Amino acid sequence: MKKIALLLSLLLALSCFSGFALAEDVELTVFNWFDYIDPATIEMFEEETGISVQYVNFTTNEEMYTKLEAGAGSYDVIFPSEYMIERMVKHDMLAELDLSAMPNFANIMDSLKNPSYDPGNAHSVPYMWGTLGYVYNTEMIPEELTSWSALFDEKYAGQILMMNSMRDTIGLALKYLGYSMNTRDEAELNAAKDLLVEQKQKHIEAGYLLDEIKDKMIGGEAAIGVVYSGDAQYAIDGNPILKYVIPEEGSNIWVDGMCVPKDSKHIAEAQQFIDFMCREDVAAMNFDYIRYCSPIQSVADNLSPEEAAMPALNPSNEVAASCEYFNDVEDAMSLYENVWMEVRLAR
Amino acid sequence: MKRQWYAAPYALWMLLFTLVPLLFVAYYAFTDGSGGFSTDNILRIFQPGYLPVLLDSLRLSLYCTLICLLIGYPTAYFLASRDFSENKMLVVLILLPMWMNFLLRTYAMMTILENNGLINMLLEKLGLDKVQFIGTEGAVLLGMVYNFLPFMVLPVYTALKKLDARVIEAAEDLGANPLRVITRVIVPQSIPGVISGVTMVFMPAVTTFAITRLLSNGMIYLMGDMIEEFFITVNNRNAGSALSLVMLALVLISTLLLRLVNPDTREGRA
Amino acid sequence: MIRKSRGAARVLKGSYLALVLAFLYLPILVMFALSFNESVSRASWTGFTLDWYVQLFHDQNIINALKVTLEVAVIATAASVVIGTLGAIGMYCMKQGWFNLMAVLSNIPMTMPDMVTGVSLMLMFVFVKVPLGKATMIMAHIAFDIPYVLLSVLPRLQMMNPNIYEAALDLGCKPRQALTKAIVPEIAPGIVTGGLLAFTMSLDDFVISYFTSNTDQNLAMIVYSAARLGVKPTMYALSALMFVCILALLLIVNRRSGLEIL
Repeated sequence: MKKIALLLSLLLALSCFSGFALAEDVELTVFNWFDYIDPATIEMFEEETGISVQYVNFTTNEEMYTKLEAGAGSYDVIFPSEYMIERMVKHDMLAELDLSAMPNFANIMDSLKNPSYDPGNAHSVPYMWGTLGYVYNTEMIPEELTSWSALFDEKYAGQILMMNSMRDTIGLALKYLGYSMNTRDEAELNAAKDLLVEQKQKHIEAGYLLDEIKDKMIGGEAAIGVVYSGDAQYAIDGNPILKYVIPEEGSNIWVDGMCVPKDSKHIAEAQQFIDFMCREDVAAMNFDYIRYCSPIQSVADNLSPEEAAMPALNPSNEVAASCEYFNDVEDAMSLYENVWMEVRLAR
Repeated sequence: MKRQWYAAPYALWMLLFTLVPLLFVAYYAFTDGSGGFSTDNILRIFQPGYLPVLLDSLRLSLYCTLICLLIGYPTAYFLASRDFSENKMLVVLILLPMWMNFLLRTYAMMTILENNGLINMLLEKLGLDKVQFIGTEGAVLLGMVYNFLPFMVLPVYTALKKLDARVIEAAEDLGANPLRVITRVIVPQSIPGVISGVTMVFMPAVTTFAITRLLSNGMIYLMGDMIEEFFITVNNRNAGSALSLVMLALVLISTLLLRLVNPDTREGRA
Repeated sequence: MIRKSRGAARVLKGSYLALVLAFLYLPILVMFALSFNESVSRASWTGFTLDWYVQLFHDQNIINALKVTLEVAVIATAASVVIGTLGAIGMYCMKQGWFNLMAVLSNIPMTMPDMVTGVSLMLMFVFVKVPLGKATMIMAHIAFDIPYVLLSVLPRLQMMNPNIYEAALDLGCKPRQALTKAIVPEIAPGIVTGGLLAFTMSLDDFVISYFTSNTDQNLAMIVYSAARLGVKPTMYALSALMFVCILALLLIVNRRSGLEIL
C-alpha cells in the first residue's frame, strides 16, 4: 500500500511538469477584446479556409500583455492598441508581417497607413479606430456641451462617470489643461493629477468605471459619461437622447491593430486571418456589429447619410486633426502610475 | 500498517501548489522592478495615502461579519430547532445561492438598487422621492452580506445540530427558563460553529473586489480592488504581491486569534 | 396553552426564515425575470421571449466555455476526491503531532484569499516556465478542491467505529479489501459531500482560473468579461439554467444519500 501511495505521488509530481500532455488540435487562437468581432465573420473564415479558430477575450491592453508574457506561443492573432503595439515592437514581441501576402491591405484608408506607432505597418494592420470623448444626456443637460470643462463643472456634481483607464483619464485632464496626452513632464502630470483629485474631492464624479458606462448612460444613471466612440454609438443607438462630443480641446484618436506574436506557431494562417478581416464585405459586417470606425475606405465611403452625420461614426477631418495618438511613454510610466494611484486613492 | 502514507500525495500537492507559490509572492513583494531587494512595496501600504484603503477594508469586513452573525445566528438556530429540523429542503434553499456565480448575483443586486432600479421604480410609483443607493457604503455592505451570509449560517447550523436535544431537555427539567437555556446551554455549545462562521465570512469579506465596483461605481475602493488594479490595469507585480502578502498576514493573524478563542480546535471546520 | 405558544413561536420563526429567504432570492428572481425579457436593457420590461435561451445555444464562445468548465471541474473533482480521501485516511492514522501539522496545512488554502492563491500560482508557473493552459488550471483547481474533500471526510472517519477495520481483517479481508469493503462505505456520505462541494467550487471559480489559465476560458471568466461590458440577457439565461441544474443535482443527492453537511 505504501508503495502504491508513493508511486501515486510520484506520478502526480511527474504529470504536473509534463503538462498533462492533453492532445490539442491545431487551430488558430485569436486573442481579442470581448465582443469585438461579428461571430459570423469567424464562421465564414472557418468555412472558406478550413482553419478552425479559437476566440479568446481580454478586457485591457495591460491584461493582454501580461497574459501574452505568461503564455508565450499560445496566441496567433492579437488586437493591441497603438501604444501597446509600439511597446511590443520595442520588446521584440511581434512578428514582421509580409504585406505582399495580404492583398486586402490595399483596402485600408491612406490616412491610417504607415502610422507613427508602427512605421510601414511592419507589424500591424489597423482593425478599428475611433476617438475618446463623452456622451451626455440631453434631457438632463439641455445646454450644448463642447469642452472637457463640463467634466470639472460643479454644476454637474454627482452626475459624471469617469473612465477607469489610466492613460485615457490622465490624458483627457492633460488635454483640458492644454498639454500633450503623451507628456513626460512631471509638472504637467502633477497639474493633471491635482485637477482629477479636486474633481474627486468635490464629488463631481460619480464613479470610475470602464465598459459599464455605456449601459449606465442608456439607463439614465448619470448625465455625462466618458466613453470611446464605439461605446458612444452603442449608447446612442440604445437611447437617442444621448449625444457624443469630441471636445474642442482635442482628444485621443486610437487604433486597434491586428498583430501576430513573434512566437506564434501559425504565422502564415494568422496573416491569412488578418487579410480576411480587411476584405471589404467582412469589414462591413464587423462595422455593422461593433459600430466603431472601420479603417477600410469602402466602408467609410458607403455610410448612410444618418451614419455619416454621427460624430462617433464619422469624425470630421478638423476634429481628427485635433486629436493625438497615444505614444508609449515607457520611461515615464512610473510617473503615470503614481499619478494614477493618487487619483484613485484620493478622498 | 503504515496507512499514514496515504496522505503523501496530499501533502505533496499542498507543498507544490500552496506553499511553494507563496514563496514567489514573498519574493516579488520584497523586490523592486529590477529584482533588487526592497521593502518599499510593503511599507507603501502604511503610507497615509494607502492606509485608509486598508482601514476601510477592515472596517467594512468587520461590519459585514457582525451583520452576518446577527442575521445568520437566528437563522441557523431556527433551522436547527425542533420546528424545522425535519425540513432539510429549507437548509438546501439557504445554501443554494452560494452556488451561483457571485458576479451575476451582485449584478442582479445592482439592478435592484440603481437610480432607475427596482426599488426606485417602486418608490416613484408610490409618489416618493428616489433614493441614491449606488455609491453608498450601505449598498456595498448589503452586497457583501448578501454574498457571504450562507457562509455564516452553514457552520453555526452544523454546530447547533450536533447539540444533544437531551441536554436542553435536562436543562429545562432542572428549571431553567428559555432565556437561561439559550444563554447558558445553547450559545456556549455553538461557539466553535460561530468561530468558523466568522472566519469564513471575514476572509472573503476582507478581500472583496468587484462587489465594490458594481455597487459603488468604483467610488468605494478596497484592498481587493487595489490588488486587482496593480496586477491587471497598472501591471505592477511587485506592488500587487506586497499587498497580497500584507492581506494574507492579516487574514492569518485573525484566524489564529480566532483559533485561540476556539475551545474545539481539533474538530474540522464544517 | 403550551401548544398554543409553540404554534405562535413556530409562525414567528417561520416568518423570520421566510424573510431571510426572500432577501437571498430576490436578486435571483430578478435574474430569472430578466432572462425572459425581450429588451436588452435592464431598465425596461418590453415583453416575454425565449430568444436569449436560443441564442445561448448558438454562442460558440459560451458552448466552449461550458465544455472547459465541465472538463476542468470533473477532472479536478475526481482527482481531489481520490487524493483528499486518501489524505484523510492517512491523517486519521497519524500521531497527534503530525495530525495537527497537517490540519494547519490544510487550512492554509482555505484561509488564503482567492486572489493571492491565483496570483501566486501564476507567478510560480511563469517562473518554472510551465506554460499556462488547461493543465495548470486543473492543477490549481485540484489544489483548492482537496481541502473541501478532506474536511468533509475527516469528521466521518472520526465518527466511525475504529474496530471496523480490524474486524474486517479478522474476518479474512486483505488490507485493501478492508479499505474498500469496510471503510469506504462507512465514509461514503462524506466523500459525496466533499466531491459535491469541490465540484461546485470548481464550477464557480473565477479568480484562480483567471490567473492560471491561458486560452481556455471557463464560464465564470466569460461572466466576468461580460460583466464589465454590460451583462447581456444570455448570461441571465445561462445562470438560470445552471441554477436549475444545480438545484436538481442537490435534490437528487439529497434524496439518495442525505447530504452530510445537513
